[in-house]
Amino acid sequence: MAEGLTIHPALVLIAAGLILPLLRGQVRAALVLAAPLVSLWCAWSLPDGVSVTWTWLGYTLEVVRTDALARLFATVFAIMALGGGLFALNRDSAMELAAAFVYAGAALGAVFAGDLVTLFVFWEIMAIASTIVVFAGGGGALGAGLRYAVIHFFGGVLLMAGLAGEILQTGEITFRAMQPDSAARWLILAGFLINAGAPPLSAWLPDAYPEGSWSGTVFLSAFTTKTAVYVLLRGFPGAEILIWVGMYMVFYGIVYAILENDMRRILAYSIVNQVGFMVTGIGIGTEMALNGTAAHAFTHIIYKALLLMAAGAVLYQTGERLCTRLGGLFRTMPLTTICGSIGALSISAFPLTSGFVSKSMISQAAADQHMLTVWLLLAAASAGVFLHAGIKFPWFVFFQKDSGLRPPDPPWNMRLAMILFSALCIGIGVVPGTLYAMLPYPVNYVPYTGAHVVGMLQLLLFSGLAFFLMLGWLRRTQTITLDFDWFYRGFGWAAAQVAAKTGRAAWATATATLREATLRLVDTLSRHHGPEGVLGRTWPTGTMAFWTTLLLGTYLVLAYL
Amino acid sequence: MSDDHWLVRPDTIRKLWVAFIAILVLTVAAELFVDWHPHFAVESIPGFNAWYGLGSCIALIVFARGLGYLLKRPDDYYETVAVTVEEPNRKERRRNG
Repeated sequence: MAEGLTIHPALVLIAAGLILPLLRGQVRAALVLAAPLVSLWCAWSLPDGVSVTWTWLGYTLEVVRTDALARLFATVFAIMALGGGLFALNRDSAMELAAAFVYAGAALGAVFAGDLVTLFVFWEIMAIASTIVVFAGGGGALGAGLRYAVIHFFGGVLLMAGLAGEILQTGEITFRAMQPDSAARWLILAGFLINAGAPPLSAWLPDAYPEGSWSGTVFLSAFTTKTAVYVLLRGFPGAEILIWVGMYMVFYGIVYAILENDMRRILAYSIVNQVGFMVTGIGIGTEMALNGTAAHAFTHIIYKALLLMAAGAVLYQTGERLCTRLGGLFRTMPLTTICGSIGALSISAFPLTSGFVSKSMISQAAADQHMLTVWLLLAAASAGVFLHAGIKFPWFVFFQKDSGLRPPDPPWNMRLAMILFSALCIGIGVVPGTLYAMLPYPVNYVPYTGAHVVGMLQLLLFSGLAFFLMLGWLRRTQTITLDFDWFYRGFGWAAAQVAAKTGRAAWATATATLREATLRLVDTLSRHHGPEGVLGRTWPTGTMAFWTTLLLGTYLVLAYL
Repeated sequence: MSDDHWLVRPDTIRKLWVAFIAILVLTVAAELFVDWHPHFAVESIPGFNAWYGLGSCIALIVFARGLGYLLKRPDDYYETVAVTVEEPNRKERRRNG
């Protein structure tokens, strides 16, 4: 299948993932660190356009199609696999890292897929591999992993139905920009949106991701939702409904994160929130908005992974994940505190961090299109991000009260991964030119103007003021907040129980009745046909002769009539 | 490593508040020295980003609290849902069957 020296970047990671469980020690570590770099190199040496095709059932599959957008996502996915692998080096599960690499590889495969069939295949490999990563969390991860798998396979069914319809109607299997204007395309859009964490099924994300292990969740945060953003960018740019879907996600993420007590679930809700910004950008659909979305996906993967690494480091060192049991860790985990805070500032789009140079492009696009409502909501949401993630996460985990916990910073590989990603957050924020040069459209945007910096500082710092003024209302309680998943976890469970109970009672009545009827039948049969029954017992020969005589006599009489 | 880490002393916290408020005032004052290119009329109101940020955060917190009254449950909610239903044991089943 190769032309020249083309190696599919996805295969590098998938192969590495399959070999990993067989290796130990330094060889394993070397492969974990080398595979993402080789994959990155392969991605960058692919020529633009379609470079690998494969004929299947009369269709020409474009297995590898490269352009600036694909290269951008491939780059950040490879960086993510590298950082996540480094962070997870001391994880004692052979399965988790192997599945995570297959997962990352499948995400790369989806990014380079030029047709719908190839996309679907990698899409499903991602679903399976990521479910295994959730399962590797152990404990409560089993139930959450099953629910996660069910939702994603349901999304896969919608996508399959949609793309079958699309191929039937248009005869085209190339994956190109569409508008949701037919039933098939709506199904494709729905399949994509389920993976993005869009309503109403967004609950799978905060349900499953925080159940992953301290290292598994870092991987989970990156690939599924951002691959969904990527396919939406490619498939549905400018679909107006996405503006409002995205807005809902943005505020859903903020409000649920404000109410949440589990530090990693706070970050999971904030993934929905951040993906909401991107989905809104795709809905706006101008070059500025699409550039902003792509840039924001890039920076988001890095700072969200950094935040989850900090949370993972805390979980690894303390075994605690609830804000109510954490606090005051800055004393003995200074490096984790600093790196976590850099991630928190980046997600809040503070000047000199990566979020500042990417998220503001989406707001700028809304302003350029004179969408006042969207622009105002985005500004309120930016303030809300600082509130629910930017301050809340570091405050409740590292500061707030003294929990009495005195854990040291985590092992070297985890520290190094956090330092690497912190450096990327600040590096991109200070020198955005490199990122801008990788975007799909030419960038005509200057993030660092006096007005923008001052405006953003005002917005964020006064959000901080609101946080500290209303701290009493934000105090954490040992609670969860019901979400749409209540319909299948609470209501569905209760309904199934009622059905089971009623069913069991009905079954008991039915079997009892049947048993009685059968016994009655057997009784009747044995009465009539049993050894003593009138039809079954032995009769004297005389009786037989009598009845035969009677029969013949009657026949005789009838014959003469 | 006792509780009186310098950062948590009341004295430090008071100083941090003073510094924080000073920075807040400075960011609003800085408006006078930068070029504004407002896209919308609302942006020309003095300190727009400051009061808008503060206001939207307060609104979000109040809304979240209201929603919390409706939707918050103890964090073992789903486990208790699962435990309340008794699974009939085998003996019972056999008796029923």
